[in-house]
Amino acid sequence: MKHVQVLVIGGGPAGLAAALAAREQGVEDILILERDGELGGILNQCIHNGFGLHTFKEELTGPEYAARFVRRVKEAGIPFQLGTMVLEVGEDRHVVATSREYGIQEFTADAVILAMGCRERPRGALNIPGYRPAGVYTAGTAQRLVNMEGFMPGKEVVILGSGDIGLIMARRMTLEGAHVHAVAELMPYSGGLKRNIVQCLDDFGIPLLLSHTVVDVQGKQRVEGVTLARVGADRKPIPGTEIHYDCDTLMLSTGLIPENELSQSAGVALSPVTKGPMVNERLETSVPGVFACGNVLHVHDLVDYVSEEAAMAGAAAARYVLGGKAAEGESIPVAAKGGVRYTVPSAVHGGEGIIPLRMRVGDVYQNKNLCVYADDTLLIKQKKRVLAPGEMETVKLDLSKVTGCRQITVTLEDWA
Amino acid sequence: MMYDVIIVGGGVTGAACAWALSRYDVKVLLLEKEEDVCSGTSKANSAIVHGGYDAAHGTLMAKLNVEGSRMMEQLARDLDVPYDRCGSLVVCMAEEDRPRLEALLENGVANGVEGLRIVEREELLAMEPNVTPDAVAALWAPTGAIICPFLLTIAMAENAFVNGVEFAFNTCVTGFERLEKGWKVITDKGDYETSVVINAAGVYAGKLHNMVSEEKVEIVPTRGDYLLLDQQTHGVVTHTVFTLPGAAGKGVLISPTVHGNTIVGPTAIPVEDCEATATTAEGLEQVTEKALRMIPKLPLGQVITSFAGLRAKTPEHDFRIGECAEGFVDCVGMESPGLSAAPAVGRMVAEIVEKKLALTEKTDVVTTRTGSRHPSELSLEERRALVERDPAYGQIICRCEGVTEGEILDAIRRPLGARSLDGIKRRVRTGMGRCQGGFCTPRVMEILARELGVPQSEIRKAGSESKMILGVTKEEAR
Repeated sequence: MKHVQVLVIGGGPAGLAAALAAREQGVEDILILERDGELGGILNQCIHNGFGLHTFKEELTGPEYAARFVRRVKEAGIPFQLGTMVLEVGEDRHVVATSREYGIQEFTADAVILAMGCRERPRGALNIPGYRPAGVYTAGTAQRLVNMEGFMPGKEVVILGSGDIGLIMARRMTLEGAHVHAVAELMPYSGGLKRNIVQCLDDFGIPLLLSHTVVDVQGKQRVEGVTLARVGADRKPIPGTEIHYDCDTLMLSTGLIPENELSQSAGVALSPVTKGPMVNERLETSVPGVFACGNVLHVHDLVDYVSEEAAMAGAAAARYVLGGKAAEGESIPVAAKGGVRYTVPSAVHGGEGIIPLRMRVGDVYQNKNLCVYADDTLLIKQKKRVLAPGEMETVKLDLSKVTGCRQITVTLEDWA
Repeated sequence: MMYDVIIVGGGVTGAACAWALSRYDVKVLLLEKEEDVCSGTSKANSAIVHGGYDAAHGTLMAKLNVEGSRMMEQLARDLDVPYDRCGSLVVCMAEEDRPRLEALLENGVANGVEGLRIVEREELLAMEPNVTPDAVAALWAPTGAIICPFLLTIAMAENAFVNGVEFAFNTCVTGFERLEKGWKVITDKGDYETSVVINAAGVYAGKLHNMVSEEKVEIVPTRGDYLLLDQQTHGVVTHTVFTLPGAAGKGVLISPTVHGNTIVGPTAIPVEDCEATATTAEGLEQVTEKALRMIPKLPLGQVITSFAGLRAKTPEHDFRIGECAEGFVDCVGMESPGLSAAPAVGRMVAEIVEKKLALTEKTDVVTTRTGSRHPSELSLEERRALVERDPAYGQIICRCEGVTEGEILDAIRRPLGARSLDGIKRRVRTGMGRCQGGFCTPRVMEILARELGVPQSEIRKAGSESKMILGVTKEEAR
């Protein structure tokens, strides 16, 4: 049994930034456990640019963005283990991990930072009927094959779901000589960033079929065709609207799910909306000393926000282990209303400091004010021309302004 | 090459025949058209061992179901197959259907099924609290069980292989020619001669039978659609729970699986094509609708995959096992409960062949099999020791099911090892979990290519046309 002060589970962008922040706050004894063969997480396969505009004020590729953090972690001398997968986070932050190199290890940690990221929703979860041949890939799996291994999963592609990875892969496959017939999206709006729709679909003439879904997959052994159909307001296919494509690949980008099996083993309470832990302003979960950040907490659109959020979690974990003041006073719940699906954190303590309150909306809205109330007092009112589920919103919440109130409400209101 | 016995079909029936025959001093070849055993009906079913109360009394189906069910526990132990005698309940949802429930009890008692009794609503709800309170009563069958159908088939085939049975994969039988003594079996990979043919071709068994017999049989492939739920739903039912077929139509079942998932299904949709295993939206909807009527709280948001299998139904709704022509032994109509009956079917077929060829028993038979070691099932200390001995068992490849590289290597290297991604999946569960192979697929492809000594472009999901990748990127091509 080894003891560490701060144990970081996951060496992706969240885990790296959290570990760095904990070190900056004075924690000597930190260990990062990474299940893959290198640090950097999913960024390693995101070879497109557009990362780091907020953090570094320049456009980097995913591996470049990751490399900057990896270099800082190495310079800071923060130890990490690769190929090491945590099996369980038990009571009193007892952690069991397995790896080829280090065998079965047990740790106790003063603080644990959960930074395991997310996974893609698979075909099965969507109940797509048809055969189950080779050639049905989630966009992230396809991205790994193309960008890290140099393989083409297919040549004639239909994509279901307009999440960012799907949009990025539509462009990537096209650049590699594949023919992307269409991107179908069940909802009447895209789940991805506007800039990705423009740069990855529009610029390449790839049609985005909103309110469409896959109603059949043909091909017993390898995908031979896919049938799409328009869906009604109930999201059920409308008979007679079928469009058939001859293709060899169906790629899925239908949502990301925070990967919280370990959080559950630790007894952490999860939000039914984000599927990630419920956290307070310190990004501390319902289990004291267990913090969460990045896509394991809620799915982000920009890695810059992941880094920022993870730094907060790392700093909070440092304060926790170095004997900083525990949060004082009543926990104030943050209610998400009027089209706001959730906020992170979902509860805060009054006190000092300004924190980012991040959220997503559940539909496309135009000409709304994003309003934050402390009880009945309006604290923040931001004018928004467009709000979309694919774009995360952030407001800065001054904790001194909510001290003593019973509830914080975040909501959308009409202009005027 | 002259064989004593050629078995056509590597499903659970063919594997059981191979297993039972491998006890004798006899030269046996099993031909399978796919790349692995357990590639048809045996891989897509309810994964249960029926008690034997359902099949009509007096039928061969009833007799072999009850015998198979009695043999299964010991067989599962001998061959290291996950098996759990969790018991089953047939739930009667309306008072007017009670006579059917009583008839089922009577039929089961006549079949010789042990321990059957009717439980009333209160007792039923105590056993299965998530069953709708509208339920009236249920037939309780303590001998009902759940099993891993993949590993049952694979284990019997492996054990047969270890005991000398030969296997030829990717070999499709296209015809038979009668020889003076026995048969010439014509395949797409050449011809074989044998004294006895065993027709265990599942949904194709009718076609094979009709090649050699004037008395034609008809098989109506009947599709069953299923949903599989995440392991987080474990405990939503703790027994195999059927709805009693009744006024509301044919029933469905909801059952735990031996791996802690929940399985829901099937439909019963007659199809024409023996390969038509595509699910349909209507089929899946039928399943969910019926399941929700019995378990209103069934967490259908936790579906991780859906699939369909074909049952080889005959209009007579009974197994036809025996010689239909001299030296040609049929296993026809092996629909449900074909999995449950399999060990008894194998034994019966072996006895037929034993008499016919005057076989003698071998003295050096390997009767047990040790399956793959699964670190996730070990205590921490055992796991530590295993990883120290073989570090590949420390490396997790499939996160959802916690499958290590050591297990994947074993699946490939063990007797009659896996040659495809699906073959590995059925042996050690890579990609069976909630992400359905999203993370592990590229890694399993890499390991399989390395082990087989082929480029990754040659790796297949299952059959010869199921290549996983179709080329390389421009940079790789340079």
